[in-house]
Amino acid sequence: MSGFWVLVRRDLQLAVREGGAIGTALGFYLIVVALMPLGLGPDLNLLSRIAAGVLWIALLLAALLSLPRIFEADYEDGALEVMATADLPLELVAAAKSLAHWISTGIPLALMAPALGILLNLDIGSAPALIGTMVAGTPAISFLGAIGAALTLKARRGGLLLALLVLPLYVPTLIFGITAINAVALGSDGFWQSFAMLVALSMGATVLGPVAAAAAVRLQLQ
Amino acid sequence: MKLVADTLVLARGGRTVVDRLSFAVDAGRALVLSGANGAGKTTLIRALAGFLLPVEGQIVLEGGSADRTPAEQCHYVGHLNGMKSSLTVEENLLFWADFLRAPGAGSGVEPPERVGAALTRFDLEPLSDIPAGYLSAGQKRRLGLARLLVAERPVWLLDEPTVSLDTRSAGLVAALVNAHTAAGGIVVAATHLDLGLERADELRLGPRVVAA
Repeated sequence: MSGFWVLVRRDLQLAVREGGAIGTALGFYLIVVALMPLGLGPDLNLLSRIAAGVLWIALLLAALLSLPRIFEADYEDGALEVMATADLPLELVAAAKSLAHWISTGIPLALMAPALGILLNLDIGSAPALIGTMVAGTPAISFLGAIGAALTLKARRGGLLLALLVLPLYVPTLIFGITAINAVALGSDGFWQSFAMLVALSMGATVLGPVAAAAAVRLQLQ
Repeated sequence: MKLVADTLVLARGGRTVVDRLSFAVDAGRALVLSGANGAGKTTLIRALAGFLLPVEGQIVLEGGSADRTPAEQCHYVGHLNGMKSSLTVEENLLFWADFLRAPGAGSGVEPPERVGAALTRFDLEPLSDIPAGYLSAGQKRRLGLARLLVAERPVWLLDEPTVSLDTRSAGLVAALVNAHTAAGGIVVAATHLDLGLERADELRLGPRVVAA
């Protein structure tokens, strides 16, 4: 097994063993979405119209909470320095860590979305489309987020800075994710066009994110 | 094999810490870096490990692998141990053994055996199922140093390897370094203690000469 998969496996093992981070993200997701109907009142038509947007924005915020985890722990205990001297290029280290973040955070959040959709009167028939678009869109969150996580490594309490850096990068994913879900839930067409754009954005992020993140990590290790 | 630093200039935060330093370490030799706090020992080791880009000059590993950078042929043990507190001692070492194994290296000794040998060598065997977070500072340090044995690399860069170690473990480190140089390896170590290393040269990093 190559170093890449060894690292992915270890990060997943750590995510499971230090379960708090996944639990926090899922709990945060639940609470933010649950607050919406309370704040907006029981207007079911309104809720189902804004459901896609609320689900995506809350997902972004929940994922944002767990982004620092990609590099922070390894930076603090010195493991990142050792990884920088490994045969595996730092770009692939960043890719492996982003992939592990996606599997341990992006997928659980995507799978939880339909259950939260019920709180927002989202048609249950659109659940497959909801999960599909979120699974297709969340890699962009992890791989672009890794750039911000790497840039803010040395910034103590860098959480807010991280949000400022990466949230603008998520705008295209947000737009096409919401369009795709609305296409199914509200019966308009254009689902596949938006879905294809989401996949394209994720694939682009998968390529560019690790390169930028690795450059940022090199800078932080100086 | 020969580790060569050629007119190296290193700066931290815009200040020159190491000024036009040249040295060469032959295979089978150890270089002990000494000098007061702030003399640039850690800076030099971090530059050798490839983290810090030299302002001027270069670092070359003559006779090393052509398709790997000098840093990729080095073991770096810094102030931090790089071990995960929620993984057990054995899991930590197994990860590094798998992760640091050079692709295509069929040296015969499989990672689990290497890890077993490293655990025995550092008296960590009784602790192998304990999460690393429960270890004492000295035990953690031994675990960090055990990484040197789980993957084969010709150059060892050790930054204060004996911090928080007892006398016996410090002796163990010295024995390991001696064994590594005896086998033709290269060691660069920054330390305040006289470890009693064989085949060792000393490089005293002086106080910085500030240009007027």
